[in-house]
Amino acid sequence: MTVVVKTVTRLTVGLIFLYGWYIVVHGHLTPGGGFVGGIILALSFVHLTLAFGRDAAEATLPARVTGLVEGLGALLFVGIALLGFLGGVFFRNFLPKGEPFALFSAGIVPPANIAICLKVGAGLFSVFLALVFFRFDWERRK
Amino acid sequence: MMVDVLLILMIVGAIIALEVKNLLSAVVAVGTVGLVLSLVFLLLQAPDVAITQLAVEIITVILLIRATLRLELPQSPLISRPVGILTGLCFAAVFLILLVPGLKELPAFGSPSVRVAQTYLDQGLADTGAANLVASVLLDYRAYDTLGEATVLFAAVIGVLTVLRAQGRKGKQVSKGAEHGKE
Repeated sequence: MTVVVKTVTRLTVGLIFLYGWYIVVHGHLTPGGGFVGGIILALSFVHLTLAFGRDAAEATLPARVTGLVEGLGALLFVGIALLGFLGGVFFRNFLPKGEPFALFSAGIVPPANIAICLKVGAGLFSVFLALVFFRFDWERRK
Repeated sequence: MMVDVLLILMIVGAIIALEVKNLLSAVVAVGTVGLVLSLVFLLLQAPDVAITQLAVEIITVILLIRATLRLELPQSPLISRPVGILTGLCFAAVFLILLVPGLKELPAFGSPSVRVAQTYLDQGLADTGAANLVASVLLDYRAYDTLGEATVLFAAVIGVLTVLRAQGRKGKQVSKGAEHGKE
């Protein structure tokens, strides 16, 4: 891409990344949550990939790591559910509820948001990489 | 009123996406449909859904432009145009015949037949401690549904990565064009 795109990307990609985490962490207080926050995090890496190419993306977040992060998020979500199972019910809200409207409140909702964010974000980014850099055989021969 | 205008805009965008010849224009028209849908959600006071719709639409349009457009896929239609129109009309007729009795059974707008929503509104904060009631429904009351949705997405991602993988079994390079990345 041109130098204009690269400069603007360098300035904005950090803000997009931060906004994604904001949406995830405040998912139990304001509109948003793990799913949409994870998509915005994936979009920040997509932004980087589109501007700087595959090598920069591979240096920031290797494809092997995205697979690991996705599996980790899925295991974390099921793990939270199973920890509730120890107290009697699957998905029991076993953490203290805390003050309403405080950042650390609502029991298992914020950890579950973070788990879903890791799963969705890493999953969509790896699908993006696979689809965008996919080549048919006859395309590569050209 | 505003919602009606936006819904008409969505229908127009969908028709343009179908009829236009250029693929890039079609993708842009699909993008406008998604954008207007997120505005509709915002006007119906569902900011959670609006944000999600916007983000999903952005990543969908990027994927469509980058992944689909570049491929010079053969574009010959599978069936002739009159047969296609006839099939479409038949399916639309069957769908409408089945839909009309179902729509008559629906409760009026704003008076849902399931009363559980009011319970969530009244007790959500006390039960879960989450100020955002949508989050309390998604991750506490109805966490099973979220688990199912997460499983569907996980399976979809694994399917895509398996079909488009670079390496075959035992580390051998797949011979027939599954390699990605090396340009």
